[in-house]
Amino acid sequence: MTTLPRTPARLRLWQSIEPYVYLLPAALFLAIVFIYPIVQIFRLSLFRPGEGGQLALSLDFYQLVLADKIFWRSAANNGILMLSVPLMTIAALVIAILLFEHVRGWKVYRSAVFLPYILAIPTVATTFLYLFGREGIVNSLLASVGLGFAAQDWLGNQALVVPTIGLMIIYRELGFGVVLFLAKLMSLEKEILEAAEIDGANWWQKHAFVTIPQMAFVIEFFIVVEIITMLSWVFAYIYSSTQGGPGNASHVMELYLWKHGFYYRSPGMAAATAVIMLTVIIALIVIQTRYRRYSLEEG
Amino acid sequence: MNRRRLTPGSVLATLSKHGFLIFLSVLMIYPLYYMVITSLKTRQEWLGNQFGLPQLPTLANYVQVFAEGKLPMWFRNSMTVTAGSVFLATAVATLAAYAISRFRFRGRLLFLNTMIALMVVPPSVLIVPLFILLVRIDLINTLPGLMFIYVGLMIPFSIFLLVSFFRGLPTELFDAAAIDGCSNFGVLWRIVIPLSAPAFITLLVVNALYVWNELLLALVFLQGEELKTLMPGLLMFKGHFFNNEAMVMTAAFLACLPMIMLYLFGQRWFVEGMVAGAVK
Repeated sequence: MTTLPRTPARLRLWQSIEPYVYLLPAALFLAIVFIYPIVQIFRLSLFRPGEGGQLALSLDFYQLVLADKIFWRSAANNGILMLSVPLMTIAALVIAILLFEHVRGWKVYRSAVFLPYILAIPTVATTFLYLFGREGIVNSLLASVGLGFAAQDWLGNQALVVPTIGLMIIYRELGFGVVLFLAKLMSLEKEILEAAEIDGANWWQKHAFVTIPQMAFVIEFFIVVEIITMLSWVFAYIYSSTQGGPGNASHVMELYLWKHGFYYRSPGMAAATAVIMLTVIIALIVIQTRYRRYSLEEG
Repeated sequence: MNRRRLTPGSVLATLSKHGFLIFLSVLMIYPLYYMVITSLKTRQEWLGNQFGLPQLPTLANYVQVFAEGKLPMWFRNSMTVTAGSVFLATAVATLAAYAISRFRFRGRLLFLNTMIALMVVPPSVLIVPLFILLVRIDLINTLPGLMFIYVGLMIPFSIFLLVSFFRGLPTELFDAAAIDGCSNFGVLWRIVIPLSAPAFITLLVVNALYVWNELLLALVFLQGEELKTLMPGLLMFKGHFFNNEAMVMTAAFLACLPMIMLYLFGQRWFVEGMVAGAVK
């Protein structure tokens, strides 16, 4: 008498909360690992102990970071690393198209090109230290073709260290682009390509006007991912090879953040750097989605 | 002469294409090749023969690396952290992805879009508050503390990948099971999970690769020498033995070995995982 009418109500209650029960564990992890720290970096960077020990709103940490030459050196290096993105995109596109055009053994080539992506960054960086070191193979190859005068300690040279690290990043991440582009190429409809061939399009026209426009989304995705990488995911490359040296020549923003957080023990400075990095990334993504909306409206 | 209809131009084009691709492949494989050949040389041989194949291949470096270093311990720590966090992340993400793809409820799209947004948040911006938090709750310098953070970081991508897979499963099957009296959780356990093996393998491979190779968080959250995982450990090892290149290359190769094996085994899954989300 009491249980019968309650059952459907209970069932309805369970049905309305069931999806949230399934989401709960994930939401908990995300709240602690993402949401709480993001709130905290604002708090840590915007408040500092004022008079009477009370926390006071202040922009001091931002001013200190933005007045620091090492910070700007770091940001500039992230910018230089970004220059490798167009290079890497074009190279990945060319290689993917070559592999796509029924080259015998394309799978073997693809395995080789993708291999560096599974090697851990610390191991790649360690190997590069030897290969590009004074006694490394790069210098001995240069010497063997009569360019011995150009031989040097690539990662120990102020002017060459960032480009050399850029090369290392391209080495490891090129395969990601190739695999991505190749997968997209293989999903394209063959008829359009054949129609272009029948109409007498040459190799260049075929790809410039038929293939590549259809790949716009994937190319854009790769470029965005790599730009974000160059801005904020290069710590392991730098820390494993030069630790920011020689001097501060290869310092990057993440290293700046890490040093202030764990070496100088200044969480406020580190948090201000974190907020600046996050703002730059969000700004980039906003610009990109805006741009895409317009280009879609035009098309 | 056996003449075929091959123009000199087309032969040249094919040859140069292969020439370029072979050259590229050699470049890409060279660092790994260098690790392996160097690890098989004695220090004496390496001094005289830096780039050639080892004349007298030896496993002495491997024995020495295991004997002198803390490598076996770091290796075990990495195994524990990788296995534990990948398993937990998969379980948590499966529940959430199932809710998103099977139920219609308020906040569903918001949750999914939040996942996509969180995928671009770099871990470096989170480390300072997370460090303070882990110190406060006494999980700093513990494997579970680090695993907890890895799980959180893997969840957005894992949910995203699983949602796109679950959505492709035939809904008729779920409805039939529901009519037969199967609860929603029963549908997940008995139908969705068994049908999603390809998605789970892809996820496992991509996430294991991430955790195994991760450096920054492992460096910040595990600071004792005994407690290190393999990547920070390897860098410390490199610092101690830098002039003994053969030893360092041996340790580096060993650190890569599990992922190389996984790659040889299931390259397909790596490729699928990398492509997931971008192509479609």
